Amino acid sequence: MAQNESTTTTGSAKLYLAWAFVGVPLAWGVVMTLIKAMDLFAG
Amino acid sequence: MSTATTAGSGSSGWLSRERTIAKPGFNRWMVPPAALCVHLCIGQVYAFSVFNKPMSLLIGGDQPAPADWSIPALGWIFSIAIVFLGLAAAFGGAWVEKVGPRKTMATAALLFGGGFIVAGFGIATHQLWLVYLGYGVLGGCGLGLGYISPVKTLMTWFPDRPGMATGMAIMGFGGGAFIASPLSVFLMNQVGVAGAFFVLGVIYFIYMMVGATIVRTPAKGWAPKGYVAPTKSKGLVTSANVHVDEALKTKQFWLLWGVLCLNVTAGIGVLGQASLMSQEMFPGVITAAAAAGFVGLLSLFNMLGRFFWASTSDYIGRKTTYMIFFALGIALYAAVPFAGQIGSVALFVLFYAVILSMYGGGFATIPAYLKDVFGTRYVGAIHGRLLTAWSVAGVLGPVLVNYIREYQIASGVPKAEAYTVTMYIMAGLLAVGLVLNLMMTPVDEKHHLAAEPATA
Repeated sequence: MAQNESTTTTGSAKLYLAWAFVGVPLAWGVVMTLIKAMDLFAG
Repeated sequence: MSTATTAGSGSSGWLSRERTIAKPGFNRWMVPPAALCVHLCIGQVYAFSVFNKPMSLLIGGDQPAPADWSIPALGWIFSIAIVFLGLAAAFGGAWVEKVGPRKTMATAALLFGGGFIVAGFGIATHQLWLVYLGYGVLGGCGLGLGYISPVKTLMTWFPDRPGMATGMAIMGFGGGAFIASPLSVFLMNQVGVAGAFFVLGVIYFIYMMVGATIVRTPAKGWAPKGYVAPTKSKGLVTSANVHVDEALKTKQFWLLWGVLCLNVTAGIGVLGQASLMSQEMFPGVITAAAAAGFVGLLSLFNMLGRFFWASTSDYIGRKTTYMIFFALGIALYAAVPFAGQIGSVALFVLFYAVILSMYGGGFATIPAYLKDVFGTRYVGAIHGRLLTAWSVAGVLGPVLVNYIREYQIASGVPKAEAYTVTMYIMAGLLAVGLVLNLMMTPVDEKHHLAAEPATA
């Protein structure tokens, strides 16, 4: 019962939304950490 | 094929396994975000220390009052949570296998979010036992169940790339602290410490429930296009299944237990002391603020390593991946004192960045290693039991680093050189891990379940 991902009917919008839901907070956290990490090379 | 879909939970409610079976056309890439919804939340535990100082000044304000909670007393909150994480993962694994991912995620959401609420009442009424019970016991159980909840589901959706799939989820656990730390500080400034716990409890509950809502298990017989499940074992990769109770009777389980424990011991000891170590090894060069940046950078590599190494292991094999962790780790730990001697901050940061990437990689690659060796069917429960190695390493690593440092300083060794012996001992631990990994062989057929192909 193999399926092709490219022929799935799960909406692309739903997929993007799901990834944005987890990706945006994670990206925000990473950026905040990188800003803090800049202090290591500031001096 | 043997999928999660066959073992019912005895219920047809929304939380049941049956209700999570994906309809035809479901895109499997919807499942990693479901797992990340859980792991990004429970990864908060790595950022719990942001609460310590504010919680130690609840009565006194700027200065601690006699009735205020001491830092050692507050330290127990995190320790209790980690102990219950290990216990829940070890003893809850079989239940997770039975009820499926949605009920497990929802239970984890209730425990973790509810734990914050109970702890919030403890802070509001200044009763520490309530905080221990809330965040430590309830939250810790939520941590353990949440951690193992998506592992098997991801592997059944991605039998062609199990390392990458679980690496994504476990990367979220490493990244959760990046979100929790600034968010917690912001909330404490807005609504106070107890208020922050209440708000975080609600946010985490909702966020994890989104994961429980969108998670799906594949229908019986599903396989990704072009994927043919192996019918014969090849090297360490078995086509059979081993029952969780039987797995504990194999030498392979305990070898992997040792592999994980030693890899984590080396990394966690350094991570906990990274700030102090960097300042003492480079006095006057690395300031307190720069050291905080160093810790943040290490955490970032810890997170990225989870995805990178677990994904890489799909191509080079799990045993080879761990060989790299141990062999490269030995070289890097041995080279750290050299970086200190020549005063090279860049080399010091580079060495530790790679070391911490392999620390995270060790966590993220182990589920796929277990799947290879014991099959897919009970991998969630076996993974849960293996996580007791984490609990042991969580005590062993920091104790080793702290004790040896203090002994060295008491013996008259300058602070800048007090970590040299520690680094060599860490390299020695990794050498033992290397040997254990080399001893890994396929599980004897007598441990296999009868006629259970390990396809997903």
